[in-house]
Amino acid sequence: MATGHEKVETNIGLMIILITLVVSIGGLVQIVPLFFMHSTTQPVEGLKPYPALQLAGRDVYVREGCYLCHSQMIRPFRAETERYGHYSVAGEYVYDRPFQWGSKRTGPDLQRVGGRYSDAWHYAHLMNPRDVVPESVMPGYPFLADNKIDGKEVQHKMQVLKDWFGHPYTDEEIANAAKAVEGKTEMDAVIAYLQHLGTALKNVR
Amino acid sequence: MFESGVFTSQFWNWFIIIPTIGGILGCFALIFWLGRDRPDPDKKVETMGHVWDGDLAEYNNPLPRWWLNLFFITLFTAIIYLILYPGLGSYTGLLGWSEVKQYQQEMDAAETRYGPIYAKYSQEPIAALAKNPEAVQLGHRLYMTYCTICHGSDAKGMKGFPNLHDDDWLWGGKPERIEETIKNGRQANMPSAKQNGLQGEEEINNVMNYVRSLSGLKHDQAAAAKGEKTFKRVCFACHGMTGTGNKMLGAPNLTDKTWLYGGSPRILKETITNGRQGKMPAHGEFLGDAKVHLLATYIYSLSHNK
Repeated sequence: MATGHEKVETNIGLMIILITLVVSIGGLVQIVPLFFMHSTTQPVEGLKPYPALQLAGRDVYVREGCYLCHSQMIRPFRAETERYGHYSVAGEYVYDRPFQWGSKRTGPDLQRVGGRYSDAWHYAHLMNPRDVVPESVMPGYPFLADNKIDGKEVQHKMQVLKDWFGHPYTDEEIANAAKAVEGKTEMDAVIAYLQHLGTALKNVR
Repeated sequence: MFESGVFTSQFWNWFIIIPTIGGILGCFALIFWLGRDRPDPDKKVETMGHVWDGDLAEYNNPLPRWWLNLFFITLFTAIIYLILYPGLGSYTGLLGWSEVKQYQQEMDAAETRYGPIYAKYSQEPIAALAKNPEAVQLGHRLYMTYCTICHGSDAKGMKGFPNLHDDDWLWGGKPERIEETIKNGRQANMPSAKQNGLQGEEEINNVMNYVRSLSGLKHDQAAAAKGEKTFKRVCFACHGMTGTGNKMLGAPNLTDKTWLYGGSPRILKETITNGRQGKMPAHGEFLGDAKVHLLATYIYSLSHNK
């Protein structure tokens, strides 16, 4: 009796190996199969990889840390679906690298914000949120309207997503990427991204 | 018992099931092994051989029986849980529970409770319903959830988003028109000066002066006279010869004191130069007919219950 646990407790190298073994079995069993499930790897019907402008907008969203206050994950509870729309499903995120689920809602969930408000509303709201929602605590992002999108960079990103992650972009889409964002600002891009969010699934409760 | 087509291959099913069951059995074995030797009350217990602080030593006793039993209880609970609920790969569990099913039950329960209330109000015409305080209150709550972001919590709107209190309607204030607006949305389309073929700053300035004259605002009379010609050549198509607008097109009445974007010379010039594309997004699909009916009731009541 004295030998068994004493060996582990007094040999730090052995203890590290055993702990690693135990923890990695848990991780492997919980995480790895997710990469081989149909529901997490197949896009929902009608979902397309982000077009150039929306992809640029998504990167602005990530850069500005929007995920810190906004979630993109509607849970299957009536209280959420009444307000936001259909609950989220895994197949909606297959072209999100990484997904923008977030973990906190200082602002509302944005998973189905696409098409809810007009472009003009989004513009006014991003310039100064208090202009349209007096109670808002969101910071303004007026500088987005001054920053131009770099078409070359977007094109390169699309190529990487296609080559490394198998996003089904056509060569034509990639070739036209720079042209598609020509003269567009980060504001246009982020609005295009927001207006697209969650529209792959029918907009019903 | 197993839901088919969850994984790309059956391998992943067993990849989950075998380590999970194996892990539980392994814990059983470990705890059983640790609890096997009970201390003999007659014998002196050996110590681990360390002494701290002069007289502190560590006995080498097995874990107490009650503690080990707690471990066994958690292990049994895990097994019962895995039999009842889905946890082992694509095994569906004896109870047949799923997140989506639970959600559906919640929705069905709500439908049983609230469905009849909505159904009752759906039958009543909006003009009559607007006199029913309970229906208006319901509509108000729906408004607070879905509409305040643009029209404001007081429903007085803001620049570019119409005030709903004033009984001045861009697209018509009849109950059916309000319902139609909420359901299908509206897209206004005022072309820019360029699209309208206006020639330069001066013509824009003239039209602006004429538009201000229509509602009796301060204006330059000579410029307004010139602007009138342009107005009756271009703008009348939507706003009408007298400037009273057209509710079929969402063209505002320019003769009243209500301004959607503002009536100052600067903003009017901006409007004439760039045009306006005011948009109300469609909500019919999202909200459903019953909720739209009650929302229209609330909005109708704002300008009719005085």
